[in-house]
Amino acid sequence: MAKWSLSPLKSKGKTGANNLMVTIGLIYDRIRWEEKALINASKKAGISLTPIDAKKFYINPSEGIKTFQEALGNIVIQRCIGYFRGLHITAVLENSGLAVINSFRTSLTCGNKLFTTLALTKAGVLSPKTLVAFTPETALDALDMVGYPAVLKPVVGSWGRLVALVKDRESAQAIIEAREEIRNALLHIYYVQEFVKRPPRDIRIIVIGNEVVAASYRYPPSGEWRTNVARGGTSKPCPLTDELERLALKASEAVGGGVVAVDCMESPNGLVVHEVNGTMEFRGISSTTEVDIAKKILEYAVGVAKK
Amino acid sequence: MKAKCLECDADLEIPEDAVNGEIVSCPDCGMDFEVSIKENGEMELKPAEIEGEDWGE
Repeated sequence: MAKWSLSPLKSKGKTGANNLMVTIGLIYDRIRWEEKALINASKKAGISLTPIDAKKFYINPSEGIKTFQEALGNIVIQRCIGYFRGLHITAVLENSGLAVINSFRTSLTCGNKLFTTLALTKAGVLSPKTLVAFTPETALDALDMVGYPAVLKPVVGSWGRLVALVKDRESAQAIIEAREEIRNALLHIYYVQEFVKRPPRDIRIIVIGNEVVAASYRYPPSGEWRTNVARGGTSKPCPLTDELERLALKASEAVGGGVVAVDCMESPNGLVVHEVNGTMEFRGISSTTEVDIAKKILEYAVGVAKK
Repeated sequence: MKAKCLECDADLEIPEDAVNGEIVSCPDCGMDFEVSIKENGEMELKPAEIEGEDWGE
């Protein structure tokens, strides 16, 4: 195992707050397609980017910004696949004053579906009707209230994991019982949502800072209702309309801004946002657009660092 | 670069442009390995982390 650590520090001598050239630290714990795209885009654009494996360091949370800048760069792009790992790293770095993309607020809000719903509702962004319950009994009551079919989701989790389309009370009981068996307190919070009558697709919109850069339709694979690309969903080009742009900016702002993917559905009452992703995957949408999303993210990071 | 699967001994192909942290899957048994490049440029494979319940985007 590499002995690189944030504490004690190793100054690379070429980074630091006073240098004119912006240096970016890319904190990861797994190199996905997206992290590789960021690394390749940095080489192409001549932007200094240092990938740092979150599994190979420890942090002294009382260190100051200078220490973190010397070790990581003027700004950090935090892209851990593990939500809690990334969130806690962001908390430490941001607390020192170092700019992190995304911010703690955005990461925290996007990583929890209930917090996202609260933020969207407060900002007046339409989202599916949602109820939240804290016991198996009240979860069933909430499902009765929403009506079947309904959607039952964990508050934390991604890629459609444990997201269930519940068709009747009996299925609901079975799913809730199974969740109760899992010793994970977060799974015992029941986030119940109406099943939105939508075409068999949703729309993903990428927002980078104040710019809406691309949109794509996401279609589920055969025999599946979830559109997640991680579940085999496919992305198709979607025209970026003024309506989509406005909605995406509003949703992004509601969760704290930065680099996010806003997922919405075409409901009979108009567009409803069901999710905002704070460590977005953009492999699928990249196949539908000419926009170099990785390059845009790096340019945005450089801009934020220079502020 | 060629390597052997630590699980089933099958032949693994590591792409030339592989970077630290990249995942290589065994075509035979499906086991995931993380590419680790040492300071001297030597590559080694380590069993990758198993998907966590908080993994995602």
